Amino acid sequence: MNFQTRRMRANSMRRYVVNNLVTGLAMLSTVLVVAPLVAILVYLIYKGASSLNLAFFTQIPAPVGEVGGGMANSIVGSAIVLALASSMGIPVGIAAGVYLAEYGRGKALAMAIRFTADVLNGIPSIVMGIAAYSLIVMRQMHFSAFSGGVALAIMMVPTITRTTEEMLATVPHSIREAALGLGVPKWRTVISVSLRTASPGIITGCMLAFARVAGETAPLLFTAFGNQFWSFKLNEPIAALPLQIYVYAISPYDEWHRLAWAGALVLIVMIMVSVTLVRIYAGRGVLKGAS
Amino acid sequence: MSIEREPESSMPVSATTPQMDPSTPSAKATPLQAPAILNFVSAAETVAEERAPSPIREYLSTCGNGAFADRTFATVMLICALSIFAIVLFIFIILVARSRPSLAQFGFSFFTRSAWDPVSGDFGALPFIFGTLATSLLALAMAVPLALGVAVFLTELCPAKLRAPISFLTELLAAIPSVVYGLWAVFVLVPIMRDQLGPFLYKILGWTGFFEGSNFGVGLLTASIILAIMILPIISSITRDIMLAVPTSQREAVLALGATRWEMIRTGVLRNARIGIVGAIILGLGRALGETMAVTMVIGNHPDISKSLFAPGYTLASVIANEFSEATGDMYLSALIEIGLALFIVTIIVNAIARALVWAVTRGAPARVH
Repeated sequence: MNFQTRRMRANSMRRYVVNNLVTGLAMLSTVLVVAPLVAILVYLIYKGASSLNLAFFTQIPAPVGEVGGGMANSIVGSAIVLALASSMGIPVGIAAGVYLAEYGRGKALAMAIRFTADVLNGIPSIVMGIAAYSLIVMRQMHFSAFSGGVALAIMMVPTITRTTEEMLATVPHSIREAALGLGVPKWRTVISVSLRTASPGIITGCMLAFARVAGETAPLLFTAFGNQFWSFKLNEPIAALPLQIYVYAISPYDEWHRLAWAGALVLIVMIMVSVTLVRIYAGRGVLKGAS
Repeated sequence: MSIEREPESSMPVSATTPQMDPSTPSAKATPLQAPAILNFVSAAETVAEERAPSPIREYLSTCGNGAFADRTFATVMLICALSIFAIVLFIFIILVARSRPSLAQFGFSFFTRSAWDPVSGDFGALPFIFGTLATSLLALAMAVPLALGVAVFLTELCPAKLRAPISFLTELLAAIPSVVYGLWAVFVLVPIMRDQLGPFLYKILGWTGFFEGSNFGVGLLTASIILAIMILPIISSITRDIMLAVPTSQREAVLALGATRWEMIRTGVLRNARIGIVGAIILGLGRALGETMAVTMVIGNHPDISKSLFAPGYTLASVIANEFSEATGDMYLSALIEIGLALFIVTIIVNAIARALVWAVTRGAPARVH
């Protein structure tokens, strides 16, 4: 300590203070971020749970001014639109991922596709809505469940593609080589060996994409459009849970606000359960660090 | 098909099987083991019984080399991959086609005029551009410092026990749908803005002129706050991934020179990761520009350009959400689609820049799915 000058001591003091100051700031910002977010969740659960009842799951919306009613048709409608979107988006997404990982490694074309997929991921959902509207609704002259499914399917593709690619990249080459060495054709190797090995991760990707589009409202505003009654037809307007929440949230009726909270809770629980399952699933084995 | 001309003795199956399993008679061993090897390619048992030594060769000569199936499969995969290009291109083409009336009528001045009069068919997008930029930039100004703080805390300072729960929580919050944030904002944030935060800001910062006029709770500031809450998890999780990509040796080198922890973070981590962090921020900007539902629910939806942050505004995305389904007349509809086209082009540019920057740091490593 003797050979330290006063300036050196002041300097190390300053560094010590700045270090602790920044550490404190980082902690403070974490608290500032986590606290309101927890508050949102808690408030949502509180409001939602106090408004939920059996009628919510069994009845269709009541006319304005009447007490009661539920969102049964919206829940079913959401399921239909999502099933439609998944049946279109998942095969295309997985196939594109297979191309990127198994056929296009190192090619400029694959690089470009990867980049485009990432960019497509960032395009606002409302633009997808307009595109589906211009493409299908304008031609058919009426809103339809099908057009909503197309809009959501487009949104699912990039996420699934990128996860599939990432998961296939973790499959060891020796497994592929073993299959090819036995004379198995490449297509069979991809399906029975690569895809099967990576399947937990690919399922994770599909569920993440599903959870993401399950809450989308903007692309459905002028495609699925919403419906106050039961509808199972693909070429007619159909109700969807996020749409119904939106309509009820901006309405002036207390009864509808109550239903909006209940709907939000159901939506959140659905999404969180799938994300949590993915998380638990992903924490094991091959998938470590994958999501 | 050169295998077929080779002498019998050189076939690996017939040569090795008896040695590997000496207890079993070789005549019996081969037909039993050969199908086991070929089990997943399908039945070759009948062939194997007569010509025991070469079931693989026999199988291969009967089923061909699969070149056709391989080529078909590869083509289908390629088509699906190319469909991603096709989707982007197709959206662009259809938006241009449908907004042609408006493009022809107003030209570029569409983006510099502030008229928005559906009755007389006079349209200009300036108020929406202003609203979008104001809310997004304000949201970034609020979210970026906090997101960086969270990322630094999670990667460098956090006790290992806390790390998983906090990142799990931020992940969950990124998964909450926009409409639910909007619902919360309408019933919780708007009253707080109207009764507590708004008057407080007016008292402290009223002299700047940014907090004037009547405060209804809805407006640019409320929209910016909810946007900031929504883009926080995205920016912080990408920044965290980028900071984790900085090699540990960099940190160790700086620490070994006697640096404090903050100096290590600043010179060893943040400086190395700065390009990627900028990319993460721009990605957040891209998300904020296109965010629709939550903003529509709290911004007030009035095409004004006002200095005051309490004033209601309108964004590109929310004008589409609000007016599209009730737009009457071709010009009105095509003006709205042109706004969508503008949003599409701007977000593509913003996202392309952001991805390029993020890739520059993670070296094209697949970006994590969020």
